[in-house]
Amino acid sequence: MAVVELKQLHRRFGEVVALAGIDLDIGTGEFVSLLGPSGCGKTTALRLVAGFDRPTSGRVVIDGQDVTDVPPNRRDIGMVFQAYSLFPNMTAVRNVEFGLRVRKQRGADRNRRALELLDLVGLAQAANRYPHQLSGGMQQRVALARALAIEPRLLLLDEPLSALDAKVRVQLREEIRRIQLELGITTIYVTHDQEEALSISDRVAVMSGGQIEQIGPPAEMYGSPATPFVAEFIGTMNRLLATVGDDGSIDYAGLRLRVDAARGLPRGERVLCLVRPETVEVVRANGLVAEGAMAGEVLSNTFLGSTSRLRVASESGERSITADISTAQGVDLVVGTKVVASFPPDSPRLLSLADEPMFPVPDPDSR
Amino acid sequence: MTPRRRIAPSAVVWLFLGSAYFLIPLLATLLFSLRNDQTAKCCTLANYSYILHDPDFWSTIKLSFIVALETIAITVALLVPTVYWVHLKVPRLRPLISFLALVPFVVAPIILVVGLLDVYRGTPEWFYAQPYGFLAAVYVVLAFPFMYFSLDTGFRSIDVHTLTEASQSLGASWPTTLWRVILPNIKAAALAGSFLTLAIVMGEFTIASLAQFKTFSVYVQYINQNKTYPAGAITLLAFGITWAAMLALLAVGRGRQAPITEGEK
Repeated sequence: MAVVELKQLHRRFGEVVALAGIDLDIGTGEFVSLLGPSGCGKTTALRLVAGFDRPTSGRVVIDGQDVTDVPPNRRDIGMVFQAYSLFPNMTAVRNVEFGLRVRKQRGADRNRRALELLDLVGLAQAANRYPHQLSGGMQQRVALARALAIEPRLLLLDEPLSALDAKVRVQLREEIRRIQLELGITTIYVTHDQEEALSISDRVAVMSGGQIEQIGPPAEMYGSPATPFVAEFIGTMNRLLATVGDDGSIDYAGLRLRVDAARGLPRGERVLCLVRPETVEVVRANGLVAEGAMAGEVLSNTFLGSTSRLRVASESGERSITADISTAQGVDLVVGTKVVASFPPDSPRLLSLADEPMFPVPDPDSR
Repeated sequence: MTPRRRIAPSAVVWLFLGSAYFLIPLLATLLFSLRNDQTAKCCTLANYSYILHDPDFWSTIKLSFIVALETIAITVALLVPTVYWVHLKVPRLRPLISFLALVPFVVAPIILVVGLLDVYRGTPEWFYAQPYGFLAAVYVVLAFPFMYFSLDTGFRSIDVHTLTEASQSLGASWPTTLWRVILPNIKAAALAGSFLTLAIVMGEFTIASLAQFKTFSVYVQYINQNKTYPAGAITLLAFGITWAAMLALLAVGRGRQAPITEGEK
């Protein structure tokens, strides 16, 4: 049985539709991320689950109980906020004890439990410090311990890492996942950072315009985006606007490319060919261009550490593609080098544009 | 070893001038208060003895102090939940309340007391004829801007929304959130407002005098008019009381530092 069920959840703020009817079931112990750009409705959805806001229509069900009209202090939900939310007048241990004190737990038990949780988040030594004596990362870890202390049936995390620097973010997100798995607590995580969502979630729900565009395991979201928006939002993607040709091929700006996914599609149909940069191979031109490959020259070569990102464009500039190749291989391919780019026929995914007349023609430059 | 900070000579000059501006009148008052009331010769503590042995001094200071505490209690009880709610739920009302809070500054005390005496005429005797009733009610109006602006500053310095939601998500009710989370974090602002209120009530003369209540300020005025040298003594005593209140504020405001185990930081 799903621990959390969101049923046709709508939320309007005057004329603005923040949530346009979302349905979501989350199972016991599952870690689900709501991912999307600012204003997509992810935080609104989380606040409705927490009880800080009421839906215009729709229901929130937790453990089979309709909690739509239950106030937040009676929902048994732990929450970690984007802003630092520790009570400034209390030490770390008193902060963690707060929920237990409200529940009238005995002093000694309360203290023991709070210290256990501070130990779990690696901050037992900072128990007596006040929030202003803790770094941002430490404060968020105490906030996590505080949310877990009440043994909530659901944990909500509202962009808890967004105020932290990059290194601490990576450390802490791994720690959050470790603790979540250790405790087996059902968790909803809101973020706009795709890397964060993909790295720690069991399932990722990509939201746009107050709706869930697609939900699935990270690998599926990355490998098989269901809509142009998801394809655009998750990871870097080459988006080649093409038409279906004969026998498993597409026509991309006059160039015939072999794409297995085109088999069986009606000839002449407009499609968006999605190619991950890491599947694109780039070699120095030797005068021969194989069928299905694109000749061009290197427009830019960006060093990204272990990989380099190449932008390759045809001479006419009509066609361009981005490739992520190993830095060792990319070191020779300086700007202006004549190259040939290709990708395996089975790697691209095609999205039909036949049903999306309003879909804007994508920028030929890939992201 | 940390190098000693050098103080610029001009800073010393300004510090000296600033100190002199405040200390010379106090010193003059002290010397004046030490003169004999009969012979005008220095130095005797008789004026202080006279004031401290005057039953009116103690009765009026007690009256003013109790009215001040009553005013503070009513103002805090009224304004803390109000300002909290305004910050949390209806922040668009802040400019309106700020405007209303300025009204007691604009209306002269004499107009205020005449108006309020008229408004409260017909109220029960235990309220209208008693300083703990009528006077406290008027002083709540006078204290409104001081307490409101202090609290407003305090609430603006904390993240009211996040703290409230964090508290509620942990199971706390509204009263628990207000009492255990919000109030301790605006304590310094509430104390600042309280001591401003205390200072106003202890020194307020016009309303008390027109309403014919014998408060501390009315007593000070009486001494000033009738006793030359004891007037200096009571001035310094009133000054001392204000300073004691300020030091109490400092002491309470500092009581938040946590003991840090060595090597933790």
